[in-house]
Amino acid sequence: MTAEPMTARPGPAPGATTTTLTGAEAVVRSLEMLGITDVFGIPGGAILPVYDPLMDSKVLRHVLVRHEQGAGHAAEGYAAATGKVGVCIATSGPGATNLVTAIADAYMDSVPMLAITGQVYSTLMGTDAFQEADIVGITMPITKHSFLVKRAEDVPGAIAAAYEIATTGRPGPVLVDITKDAQQEELSFVWPPKYDLPGYRPVTKAHGKQINAAAQLLSEASKPVLYVGGGVIRSHASEELLALAEQTGAPVVTTLMARGAFPDSHPQHLGMPGMHGTVPAVLALQEADLIVSLGARFDDRVTGKAALFAPNAKIVHVDIDPAEIGKIRTADVPIVGDVRDVLVDLGVAYSGVVAAETPDITEWWSFLDGLRDEFPLGFAPTGDGLLSPQHVIQRIGELTGPDAVYAAGVGQHQMWAAQFIKYERPNSWLNSGGAGTMGYAVPAAMGAKVGEPDRVVWAIDGDGCFQMTNQELATCTLNNIPIKVAVINNSSLGMVRQWQTLFYNSRYSNTDLETGHGTVHVPDFVKLGEAYGCLSIRVEREDEVDAAIELALATNDRPVVIDFVVSADSMVWPMVPQGVSNSYIQYAKDHAPSFDEEA
Amino acid sequence: MSTHVLSLLVEDKPGLLTRVAGLFARRGFNISSLAVGVTEVPGLSRITVVVDVDALPLEQVTKQLNKLVNVIKIVELDVSQSVQREHMLIKVRTDNATRGSVIEIVNLFRASVVDYAPDALVVEVTGDSGKAQAFLRALEPFGIKEIAQSGLLAIGRGGKSITERVLRS
Repeated sequence: MTAEPMTARPGPAPGATTTTLTGAEAVVRSLEMLGITDVFGIPGGAILPVYDPLMDSKVLRHVLVRHEQGAGHAAEGYAAATGKVGVCIATSGPGATNLVTAIADAYMDSVPMLAITGQVYSTLMGTDAFQEADIVGITMPITKHSFLVKRAEDVPGAIAAAYEIATTGRPGPVLVDITKDAQQEELSFVWPPKYDLPGYRPVTKAHGKQINAAAQLLSEASKPVLYVGGGVIRSHASEELLALAEQTGAPVVTTLMARGAFPDSHPQHLGMPGMHGTVPAVLALQEADLIVSLGARFDDRVTGKAALFAPNAKIVHVDIDPAEIGKIRTADVPIVGDVRDVLVDLGVAYSGVVAAETPDITEWWSFLDGLRDEFPLGFAPTGDGLLSPQHVIQRIGELTGPDAVYAAGVGQHQMWAAQFIKYERPNSWLNSGGAGTMGYAVPAAMGAKVGEPDRVVWAIDGDGCFQMTNQELATCTLNNIPIKVAVINNSSLGMVRQWQTLFYNSRYSNTDLETGHGTVHVPDFVKLGEAYGCLSIRVEREDEVDAAIELALATNDRPVVIDFVVSADSMVWPMVPQGVSNSYIQYAKDHAPSFDEEA
Repeated sequence: MSTHVLSLLVEDKPGLLTRVAGLFARRGFNISSLAVGVTEVPGLSRITVVVDVDALPLEQVTKQLNKLVNVIKIVELDVSQSVQREHMLIKVRTDNATRGSVIEIVNLFRASVVDYAPDALVVEVTGDSGKAQAFLRALEPFGIKEIAQSGLLAIGRGGKSITERVLRS
């Protein structure tokens, strides 16, 4: 790893004027100076001083959420949809601990997030004071870094440093915990503030020798695959990826976190790899002789049993985080750098190596095309006459189009949304990939809509997920954030139920939620949506699906909730059972060659 | 599994030790020895960690440690390229009959007596892990009442300093 020379840190600008502010005012001013325009949060005792100047800010729009977890996921959705940092604010103690799930989620999915929490007076810290929690300690394993600020004069530096850490290198959440006395006391505010991060030097420019080695391998490979991860989206490298893909002619797979990084309509795109990936994508990786990993991390949901993953492949591993390289799979060519720069450099090096003749990979393509013809994504009609969830989700994608933003919860509906909506642009697909946080969809969609008000934003949610965070519909209605929520209501914790069907002899232990067909409908999602001021309808028949989606698309004066009552027996296919080689991918239940035989 | 000595140059910030120790625990590594102290540079501390781990997981933990914002530099100190010392205080049972033998052993190991009581001596020894352990074994027959042991300290041989390149920038 080559360390770059230390870049100049911002110091006081020449002639900068000094203003006397309180620490709380400095929080608001610092956020404004960093270009932040939207924050999500809830006030409380230990953060009260910040909320006072926040009321007067002409720059910052504060969205008052109903639960701090919602603030956190909204900040994530905002960040994921816009590429900018997401900001959430909470008070001490339970306010801060309610952010924990969202912070952990942002850490797993490398989302640039700034979490600002109030802390009790520094004089009370360590005394088990009212609403005291050691949030810096609690979040140490799930933040990229954190700051405890006990003096007003440290506020601007901490916030500026937190912003730099959150947004550069591998992005991630940074927490700034500020004691109440630090908010109340005064400081001389100078911008930009001076701060020093001697231990923080992300490498962005990769080593030329490794780039050349990677280009050489690409030119020699007869079965290459570009394995694209979420890093390509975070690095805004889609254009560069498209260029390299077309230059090399290599097949592309996009992970759950990378859906949209490469257009689904592109002929070189084989779809999503992994546990619920397409057969061509899974087997392309498995049979490859060269995998070029671009901002991906060989997650267990992609590799299956890692020891048996892609046994004949050489690995070029590109990541901005050196710790990802060699963590799961040894890299033949490790490349530490910003994937966007690496893609450009790799393209140049590749043209140098192949000169006039492009390597012949037609045999590889005919194998992959055969898989595509034989095993397209699809689904069987339901056996119980209820709506097919895949059909609903597919129609939402088709009728809404690729300019929209789609946020999913976690479970079957998430996988179907990853499979059956066609993504053409980065930042259009938001989900909780690493952490698998149920309840992500509604608040994330809300955050996305705040950041991208001109786009249609769908929350594709499950009935289980929806019940975890739907209180943010109040936030949406009151703040004119007209998201559209499709509740894929199979009346159960569907993915868990699928595993119970497959691996626990259909013993459905505690997965029935009684929200759907033939149940007591508790809660009734239509009434619930109406109570929150949303346009709410229920759809139970296939011939009503399109009209309902059209109605949702035409409604922009309030949020929309559609309760799609679907079959509980639909399953996510293809599937690689846990703990086995990806070679054992099942196209449908029990290796069934066609969907007609699905249970 | 083999023993590795890591020297971490870190910013002296609150919670730093928690961050470092937590990382080891989280990634499933046992710290067999830990020593923390100041350096010649104000604001910088040095942590010497001894871990028993294979080479590959060691690389991973080193990379993860490097990601900690307050960790400036990590160096693995090879036994042959560094001076490594432990410090141990031992309270050994003695009486008029055995005291002479104990003092003889103390002298043999170039250790020293730092406290006297009619029924015990406190002795201190400094050396590499092997010497400290050998000393302990030699005293065992007399009855060891109490031990306090420092973490391993290590410093690279030669004229270079771990802080040199850091300070240049």
